[in-house]
Amino acid sequence: MNDENLISANGLGMIRGARVLFGEVSLFAKPGEAIVLRGSNGAGKTTLLRILAGLTQPAAGDVTRAAEVHWLGHRDGLKPHESPVEHLSLWARAWGGGATDPVIERMGLTRPKDVPAALLSAGQRRRTALGRLLLVDRPVWLLDEPFSALDTNGRDLLLELIAGHRASGGAVIAAIHGEAGFTASREVVL
Amino acid sequence: MSPAPIRAAFAQAFREAWAGGAGVLLPASFFAGAAMLVPFAVGSDSDQLAAIGGGVLWVALALASLVTMERLFQADLEDGALDLWVQADVPMSAIAAAKVAAHWLVSGLPLALLSPLLGLMLQMEPDRLPPAMLAYGIGGLAFFLWGAFGAALSATVRRGGLLIALIALPFYVPTAIFGAMSLQAEVPMPLIETLFLSAATLFSMAVAPFGIAAALRLATD
Repeated sequence: MNDENLISANGLGMIRGARVLFGEVSLFAKPGEAIVLRGSNGAGKTTLLRILAGLTQPAAGDVTRAAEVHWLGHRDGLKPHESPVEHLSLWARAWGGGATDPVIERMGLTRPKDVPAALLSAGQRRRTALGRLLLVDRPVWLLDEPFSALDTNGRDLLLELIAGHRASGGAVIAAIHGEAGFTASREVVL
Repeated sequence: MSPAPIRAAFAQAFREAWAGGAGVLLPASFFAGAAMLVPFAVGSDSDQLAAIGGGVLWVALALASLVTMERLFQADLEDGALDLWVQADVPMSAIAAAKVAAHWLVSGLPLALLSPLLGLMLQMEPDRLPPAMLAYGIGGLAFFLWGAFGAALSATVRRGGLLIALIALPFYVPTAIFGAMSLQAEVPMPLIETLFLSAATLFSMAVAPFGIAAALRLATD
């Protein structure tokens, strides 16, 4: 395993309205590492993750991405009429990923795989969204509250996915409330 | 650059527009309803209707094109799909163009196909109906592109329908002018007017996708 940063940020600062959301935030993630972002509601964890994902422009500082990133926000990205199979195969096509059947099975979505998202539970939609992480291999996972809406099984499943991703040389940066459930390499407090 | 994400964006937008059937029926009923009210409002005198029929349909088409615009990008923004598209490995303008094309196919093309029927009702000459249908098809595409630009700019605004109309309608003017001229000419399907109408649409095809892409980047920021 090499020791190059997969992603690093230097002196990030963000302004929302008339107030400074955060300033001088620097972080990096190497292969196999997991960074946990901490902070109270409204501290800017989501904004920081969006900056890392390249979705939002920071007011100060810069981000260097040496590898592709998966962004998983708190919104699942499913259309109301879309079933888990349709959703995953759409993004598999869009991203040039492989077969969706193994992903469906891995995420425990075999039973509701043809049910429109409007009729799925929040946890099932979450599992579908998490399934996107497995469609294409991208070394950096940026996860915003990934455990929300998941049941105990789902939580264990996601912990396995994160452990597997780290073992294969990926990095995870996650905003998490409460106990992480995995050993964080570092914590960044906003 | 692989075309796969663009095809996927098209497929998703097509299914989205088709779902529930409102994508086709809502603009079509609005278009037909607006045209149908005209004889009641201005009187059923044949000559008068024939004189204004073509123009009335242009106005009805312009307004009908805006009916389903509000949710075009707002839904993507709210459910998080826009974040994923912004991150796809192709320019956002290509994704935007694919989405508008799918939306036009479901909501816009049926309007043009419906126009001969409404034209007949408004006493337009029968031999003028097919060329008029083509003109409504060409002009309608420009309406949808500019409408989508307005929709992208107001994606973050709740109940932004009015804003979409305010942004888009000024861009509709060239198409309305050349479209109406092409119907008022001596011969059906006059060359110069049709070329100008097509040029207005080509201009919107060349410019609007980039404007939409820039607006969507701002919306996700």
